[in-house]
Amino acid sequence: MKIPFVYNLRSVTQRPVSTALTALGIGLVVAVFVAMLALANGFIAALTKTGSADNVLLLRRGSDSELSSGIPREAINIIGASPHIATGADGRPLMSPETYIVINIPRIGGDAFAVANVVARGVSDKAFEVRRNIKIIEGRRFTSGQSEICVGAKLAGRFNNVNVGDVLRFSNRDWKVVCRFTADGSSFESEIWGENEQFQGVFRGNVFQDVAFRLKDPAGFEEAKRAFLADQRLQVDAHRESDFYADQSQLLGNILRFLAIMITSIMAVGAVFGAVNTMYAAVSSRTPEIAVLLTLGFPPRSVLASFLAESAVIAFIGGIIGCLLALPINGVVTSTTNWASFSEIAFAFRVTPQLLAAGLLFAVVMGLVGGFFPARRASRLPVIEALR
Amino acid sequence: MALVEIRNVYKSFKREAQTVDVYSGLSMDFEEGSYTALMGPSGSGKSTLLNLIAGLDKPTSGTVRVEGSEVSSMTSAQLAPWRARTIGFVFQSYNLLPVLTAHQNVELPLLLTNLGKKERAERTEIALGVVGLADRMDHFPRQLSGGQEQRVAIARAIVADPTLILLDEPTGQLDSKSSEEVLELLRRLNDEFHKTIMIVTHDAKAADRAKAVLHLEKGVLLERSQLSGAGVAT
Repeated sequence: MKIPFVYNLRSVTQRPVSTALTALGIGLVVAVFVAMLALANGFIAALTKTGSADNVLLLRRGSDSELSSGIPREAINIIGASPHIATGADGRPLMSPETYIVINIPRIGGDAFAVANVVARGVSDKAFEVRRNIKIIEGRRFTSGQSEICVGAKLAGRFNNVNVGDVLRFSNRDWKVVCRFTADGSSFESEIWGENEQFQGVFRGNVFQDVAFRLKDPAGFEEAKRAFLADQRLQVDAHRESDFYADQSQLLGNILRFLAIMITSIMAVGAVFGAVNTMYAAVSSRTPEIAVLLTLGFPPRSVLASFLAESAVIAFIGGIIGCLLALPINGVVTSTTNWASFSEIAFAFRVTPQLLAAGLLFAVVMGLVGGFFPARRASRLPVIEALR
Repeated sequence: MALVEIRNVYKSFKREAQTVDVYSGLSMDFEEGSYTALMGPSGSGKSTLLNLIAGLDKPTSGTVRVEGSEVSSMTSAQLAPWRARTIGFVFQSYNLLPVLTAHQNVELPLLLTNLGKKERAERTEIALGVVGLADRMDHFPRQLSGGQEQRVAIARAIVADPTLILLDEPTGQLDSKSSEEVLELLRRLNDEFHKTIMIVTHDAKAADRAKAVLHLEKGVLLERSQLSGAGVAT
């Protein structure tokens, strides 16, 4: 009972200007939709990739961020003796007691007030083994006992004095930049790393903010967690590192997604009206053709489906235009404040195949919504009057 | 039993505040294999009669039966497939779909059948062959003359082998040569293929080709010109 699709395809090409304008309207909405969700995706991915499922992060009990946590030095030895912590080739536990502080450093090209919060993480020499996603791409690791730092790759180009060989001044001390590292695009790439003992002295007295360690048995997280919670000498919570950082992305990630959907929904109303207009014009100009189809015996639902399909085709073309417009932002680095740490996190827009598919689906939905009433009018045409 | 039975049909339209009566108790039969021309001035109810028979319109009261089925009481869901099987309709302005080729236009009614693609193509080619346009299959309507377009429309009307072919002013927009070709084609469809044909026309030449001519005026059958072989009874 189907009216041949070629009828709609060719009819679309009969009205190139109105088709193109409608498709463009839908395309712009799809481009904004994809771009905004790519932003949310990139932010969430940066934080989700930060943690590893094999690692555990110990924070002070009740703390929900590294910034508000504190673990006294005395606790470190107790933690280090835990049988749940993997050991390195040298027989020492793969753990990194860490200091975590937010510093502000000037941006490139800005005036004296153009500063941004950046995380300075003091780590142990085992941190590079605990965090397997860290790769030094230039220089060498900092030396113990020296005022040396490594900087995340995403800081380069955005801040002054963060290249290897530069001297960066913060907290009244000069720090020599000795290496630059990547971390699979995660939020570590927006951090400055130095030796925990060096940072502790400058920033936070005798307290660490967290302890990160590798599980001896990757499946033994729950057991390790129970053990740490049961230990009366410690006042710590154990978090699976991957879950901890993913949770940090939740609030802002959800807000970005909500904004993406809300803004594009409002824009979509306009685009849908464009589609409504185009399809009403199409139905109006093809009234005799529709009447013929009904006279030949095509049921009204076939006419409805046919015009809905036509509207969906125009919208699909718009969807492709939108995806093509949005694609170039893939990989573009931007930054925002991570609300969990009040520090800046740089991340790349992520346009994924799923996101493009969602954009196309969104376009088709706009087409179907916009095409529905005109298609219904077509299917209900009074045949006799339409034939006159 | 006649192929088409019209019994005591009343039909009125509302035009602004007034009710216009088209028929007041019209009754007539059309036999299978008949070729009837309906003539009369504008507004006499000629086209309305075709619309009632095709189930495009419903009588205010009375019954219209085709092959024993009461068209006037069918629902729109029943009418669509019935019309696809039973009626071939030809319009004054051809009404081909401009974006489809002659072949695709003629194939349309077959899409409502269970025929496979190959069978549809074969039947479409036969129909186009009957109207003498086998060599114009891939032409779009804009590439055809008016007469050729109307012949494609006739091919579309006969391709599904309907019981009844209804034509509303089929020569109204054609020059005399093209009209002649179309009328000759209709004669062949009636003589050789035994199709039942009803043609609404103002064209006396077109009416002359029919085997029976009915004159309608203000919804009333005025006279009946019974020619040889006609099968019309009132």
